[in-house]
Amino acid sequence: MIGAKMRTERLSAWYGTKAAIKEISINFEEHMVTSIIGPSGCGKSTLIRCMNRLHEVVPKARAEGKVLLDGEDVYELDAVSVRRRVGMVFQKANPFPTMSVYDNVAAGLRLNGMRDRKKLDEAVYRSLKQAALWDEVKDSLDAPGVSLSGGQQQRLCIARALAVQPEVLLMDEPCSALDPIATAKIEDLVFDLKKEYTVVIVTHNMQQAARVADYTAFLYLGKLIEYNVTRELFERPAEELTEKYITGRFG
Amino acid sequence: MKLPFALPKLKFNRNMRRRLTDRAMSLAALMCVVIALVPLGSILFEALVRGAGALRPTVFTLDTRDGGIGNAIQGTLILISLTSLVSLPVGILTGIYLSEFGKGRLGGGIRFFVDVMTQIPSIVVGIFAYSLILALAVLGVVSPRLAFSTTSGIIALSTIMIPVVARTAEEALRLVPNSTRESALALGIPEHRTILRVVLPTGGSGLITGALLALARVAGETAPLLLTAFGSGFGFQGLNQPIESLPHTIYTFALDSSTGLNQTAWGASLILVLIMLLISIASRVASRPRFASR
Amino acid sequence: MQLSRIPRALGRALLAWIRGRSYFEVLTAIVSIAVVALLGVIAVVLFIVAEPSIRTFGIGFLGGTVWDPVAGIFGAAPFIYGTLVTSAIALLLGVPISLGIAIFLSELAPPWLRIPLTYVVELLAAVPSVVYGLWGLRVLSNVMRNSVEPAIQSVLGFLPLFQGNPIGTDMFTAGVILAIMIIPTISAVSREALLAVPENQREAALSLGATHWETTRVAVLRYARAGIFGAIVLGLGRAVGETMAVTMTIGNRNAISGSLFSQGQTIASLIASSWAEAATSPVYLGALIEMGLVLMLISLVINIAARLMVGRFIRRGEGAA
Repeated sequence: MIGAKMRTERLSAWYGTKAAIKEISINFEEHMVTSIIGPSGCGKSTLIRCMNRLHEVVPKARAEGKVLLDGEDVYELDAVSVRRRVGMVFQKANPFPTMSVYDNVAAGLRLNGMRDRKKLDEAVYRSLKQAALWDEVKDSLDAPGVSLSGGQQQRLCIARALAVQPEVLLMDEPCSALDPIATAKIEDLVFDLKKEYTVVIVTHNMQQAARVADYTAFLYLGKLIEYNVTRELFERPAEELTEKYITGRFG
Repeated sequence: MKLPFALPKLKFNRNMRRRLTDRAMSLAALMCVVIALVPLGSILFEALVRGAGALRPTVFTLDTRDGGIGNAIQGTLILISLTSLVSLPVGILTGIYLSEFGKGRLGGGIRFFVDVMTQIPSIVVGIFAYSLILALAVLGVVSPRLAFSTTSGIIALSTIMIPVVARTAEEALRLVPNSTRESALALGIPEHRTILRVVLPTGGSGLITGALLALARVAGETAPLLLTAFGSGFGFQGLNQPIESLPHTIYTFALDSSTGLNQTAWGASLILVLIMLLISIASRVASRPRFASR
Repeated sequence: MQLSRIPRALGRALLAWIRGRSYFEVLTAIVSIAVVALLGVIAVVLFIVAEPSIRTFGIGFLGGTVWDPVAGIFGAAPFIYGTLVTSAIALLLGVPISLGIAIFLSELAPPWLRIPLTYVVELLAAVPSVVYGLWGLRVLSNVMRNSVEPAIQSVLGFLPLFQGNPIGTDMFTAGVILAIMIIPTISAVSREALLAVPENQREAALSLGATHWETTRVAVLRYARAGIFGAIVLGLGRAVGETMAVTMTIGNRNAISGSLFSQGQTIASLIASSWAEAATSPVYLGALIEMGLVLMLISLVINIAARLMVGRFIRRGEGAA
């Protein structure tokens, strides 16, 4: 494939008058995992929320620059279809509490008009398999989504996001609320997911980035400081700031 | 390399239909707001158009037996001031208990039942006041004619007003930050004085707002007065005699076949609605700085 | 025996309770308990004065369809029917509009419009019931008689529900006025329920590619449905107890009729319109008081149910009847 699956070009975003990210240009290579690291408040979440156009939902939020998906600027496309193509998993798992496990996964499909029970069953099965959750919930698909453990809920949210067949999956610190075992399960999952999807993972955990990501971008105070193949960035950082962050001298 | 369990690519169309539905529902929601405002606008409009003409000076000097509303206004003023005299202290003391001491089960129980009392249909309260006096009359304590009197009306209105004042007072006092109480107590001020001299004044505007709202509610009540104060063509004649009130006059004049009285009913409604609106707006303005807007 | 120990034990518990507390707390507690005791007094008094009537008419009172004070026959059925019908119309018309308003104010309105528009909708609650009644009698009923009801009859007139000669003051008009009067209640409580839905729920739906309305439907309304249901029940409670507006628009006919365009009577409007003439006849008055008791019980059940559903959203100081 030529060119990155997704790309930002001089992307800046504000909440009211406060600038969260400034002129960021990053490539997100197809079928690769790109991680975004940096100290709290550096704009990591804002960046990916611009990528699925969730940023603009907040009142007084503004963005400038381009976000290109397969070469098309997402800000010129219909927001609803962008969000289906660019899925998101959030920091704290947010399954719909009034719905069962099955209904949670099927939610996105039903919204898009899928009614056939057989097709839904199939899609739910495959999504839960892809999210490595099927074996644990196959006998309790009708249980409320919120009856699962934290780690399972997060995988449920991943299944839900995968069900609508996005091209890119954005993950905003998906493991920060989870214990090490649940975290490990999700990290393994990410490794498999990139075969089918393009994954972007925001994390404050550098070891996680080093374990999971092919490429890493380091943000600081809203600016992109360095972007490189993960190994290179961690072993031979080009910027002094990057080195300071990696060695733990701040953040 | 494909991920196992990958689905054949699904087709996601029907975007046009979904977009249209989205727009249509937004429009429908807006229409609901417009529909709800039409009656409000109509009432205000009709009251102005039909009622303003009736508000000649004579309508205030004449009593209802002569087609005026002078005694009605007097009656309402008497009823609500005497009702407030009874209800405000009782309601505020109850509100103080609930906010300052009402954390436990007793407080919870009292709060629950006070809330239940705010929801009793006001006509049932009217029946109660009337029946209470009847029961007392059977016991020989009072004359049965007291059932239709100013006193009876005050009993009914107080039963409505006290729970409302209690809950609004509780909420107003709850808003006073705990640090205020603690710093007063830390200065060695005894508890009851802390509450009366520090907490109460601090919660002052909230209390006044709550009292005004309770007053407005009671001033507009008609049903309980139909059964107790009963109404009269004359001015105030004593606590043991029937008394007229503004809402009651609106009721009787509205049903009358005479268009002149109908018009006076509209005029009286205009006055009543304007007072209600003023109180409503005043209470919003008074409480606004305290709350964060959402 | 055991019995004499109870007052002593109570007395001791009471003293123990008082001992730990300041005079002021005890004072305010006594006042509060007295206020709540008033509720008990209300119940007791109503039962006492209604008891002769209850004894005379028995349980058949509730099902009796004839209300004839002259002949001394009293049956509650026409008024329970009237209350049910007008409340049903009020909910059918009022709930969708209230939800639409709640959704508009919490999700769709631009921020600068939200607060002023919320105030204006709440002003609907500031209008006293008797003024609604006057407007209903002199304005709305004419519109109903001349335009709305004939229009409905031209389309749906084959249904027994819409038959009869429309004169404007009927159960339908009363139902419409009730719908208007309960809109502030239902929309305000629903709005608070909608605002309480966490933002992450909306984000979850949006990130799946849902439109704004779909997000509201799938994530927000479902999440808030307990609160919304409670709001509806609260509105029902208000509708059941409304008196003046109904009395002035319902036609005051003490009988059951199948058509919405015929005159009827609710429990509340019956009491209001008949009280003066009943005051001199103990049997008549007793029957009215018994009706009042029925109304109180209905209202109590509805309101306790609503409170259990939306305890935290209850507002005080609402509307005069």
